[in-house]
Amino acid sequence: MYIELRFHGRGGQGAVTAATILAKASVIEGKYAQAIPNFNAERRGAPVEVYSRISDKFIGRHSQVENPDAVVVLDYQLTKMVNILKGLKNDGIVVINSQNKESIGNVKTYCVDATSIAKRHSLIVSGWPTVNTSILGAISKSLGIVSIDSIIKAIYEHFSSPRLAKLNAEAATDAYKETALCGE
Amino acid sequence: MVMKTLTGNFAVAEAVRLARAKVIAAYPITPQTTIVERLSEMTEKGELEAKMVRVESEHSALAATLGAAAAGSRAFTATASHGLLYMHEVLWWTASSRLPVVMAVAARAIGAPWNIHVDHNDIMDQRDTGWIIGVAQENQEVLDMTIQAFRISEDPYIYLPVMIALDGFILTHTVAPVEVPDQKEIDEWLPPRRQPYIVSPETNIVMGNLTSDDDYYMMRYSIQVAQEVAKKIIEEVDLSYGKTFGRNYGGLVECYKCDDADYVMLLMGSWAGDAKEALNILRERGINVGLARIRFIRPWPSEILKEKLKNKKGIIVFDRSISFGNVGQLFIETASTLYGMTNMRGVIAGLGGVDVKPEDFVGEVVAFVDDVEKGEVYDTIRWLLPPKYRDHKLGVTL
Repeated sequence: MYIELRFHGRGGQGAVTAATILAKASVIEGKYAQAIPNFNAERRGAPVEVYSRISDKFIGRHSQVENPDAVVVLDYQLTKMVNILKGLKNDGIVVINSQNKESIGNVKTYCVDATSIAKRHSLIVSGWPTVNTSILGAISKSLGIVSIDSIIKAIYEHFSSPRLAKLNAEAATDAYKETALCGE
Repeated sequence: MVMKTLTGNFAVAEAVRLARAKVIAAYPITPQTTIVERLSEMTEKGELEAKMVRVESEHSALAATLGAAAAGSRAFTATASHGLLYMHEVLWWTASSRLPVVMAVAARAIGAPWNIHVDHNDIMDQRDTGWIIGVAQENQEVLDMTIQAFRISEDPYIYLPVMIALDGFILTHTVAPVEVPDQKEIDEWLPPRRQPYIVSPETNIVMGNLTSDDDYYMMRYSIQVAQEVAKKIIEEVDLSYGKTFGRNYGGLVECYKCDDADYVMLLMGSWAGDAKEALNILRERGINVGLARIRFIRPWPSEILKEKLKNKKGIIVFDRSISFGNVGQLFIETASTLYGMTNMRGVIAGLGGVDVKPEDFVGEVVAFVDDVEKGEVYDTIRWLLPPKYRDHKLGVTL
């Protein structure tokens, strides 16, 4: 098993944290993983890309991910600003935080309303819903690479505050339940 | 032992905690990394009993580290790119004073123009200072090499400072699984600090005073002797670490599938992982390639390289830095060892973080092998240009 992902988010939205927690969850399952931020000196709100690689074997490759197996989009508005399908494999998958439930082009797309889920659990920082842990639940459901149990364990490992860990774990669980193929 | 997922920066911090460093001096502003941020957090939380000294520049950061080391403390600092260049003078003072110190460097590009990504010119600029300089490939190796660095630096036959370099962003900011040893195991493996003399209010020692030219010459000679001895001790420390913790890396050079190879790629740092993938692709195509990953540029592993590489059909060196007006520094070093023994080519690639993929290594090796087989290796330097500039015409016609 070897899979490469690309996250599209905005600076400050937590895409790096999402990839990091995904790596932790993979390691909990005995896999090897990398979480790779690709940035210059980004500002809050600017589009950012983060990559992750997950495998059941050691990964020595450090060059950039160009042909991901799946693309994860934390903010629907980014689809109007950047080409989120750039380099996506032919049978690739999109996982998107979206309220309108529309597929992206002809690509197999999974939708989750991560923004509403984050608000429901009061995960708001400086006025922004923190959607990154909800997205992790959606990744677990749609890609099946890492179980939701491992995601939750990794969330508890990542957050030093038990209260925050619990809220984020609940958001991830809700997202796992609510993620579906767009339009369904 | 506990398995964690860490950035390269945090792997350094874990190693420094396990080594029980007593003094950490750092300039906390750009281009500082999260290495000292994490160490500062550890000292605040009581996970590490150390004094954090915040200074006004990198020059002072290393000077404070030197002072703490002279007073007998296990001392550490970290920096990157411009910070390292600003320290340059004190690098000489530390090594020439024969003071054991460990420093981590996030290897990053130098301006102008500004660029914060991986490049080896900052560390290559320090080759002549007397420091032992190691370069890691993975976050796990970053942790292991940093712990080993304290034992190497404080060895009575060496007493030289050790620099551990990790590729900027590619290792410093990438999260990967890292096995972190238990404190008890490290306490047993890493002996208490030893050093030839300690400056204290009770001891009357003059450091760095004016000497006779003859004494100066002999002190320079003694640094060279220590560097030569370090070749053996680095191997021994790596083997001993491997016996205790189950991981060793080959000492000065990791020779990967070198022995039966006709051609060898020679390079250092994180892109060795991509080069190993290229190697496997090339071998499937019937091109018998090996990889010599340089782990220490100082001391330079001349004897091992000579033994392993002198009878190869060709060596292709990938440099992530350049000595302007000549060629890449790794090529210069390798040529100083193998000149006249084999065909050699140097490739300048990946400067300022330009992405280099396994297929790029494949392409360069195939071209090199073709030229060697035809007996045409005239160009000692090749530029692997960034993809959008691949059609750029090289050189200038006068």
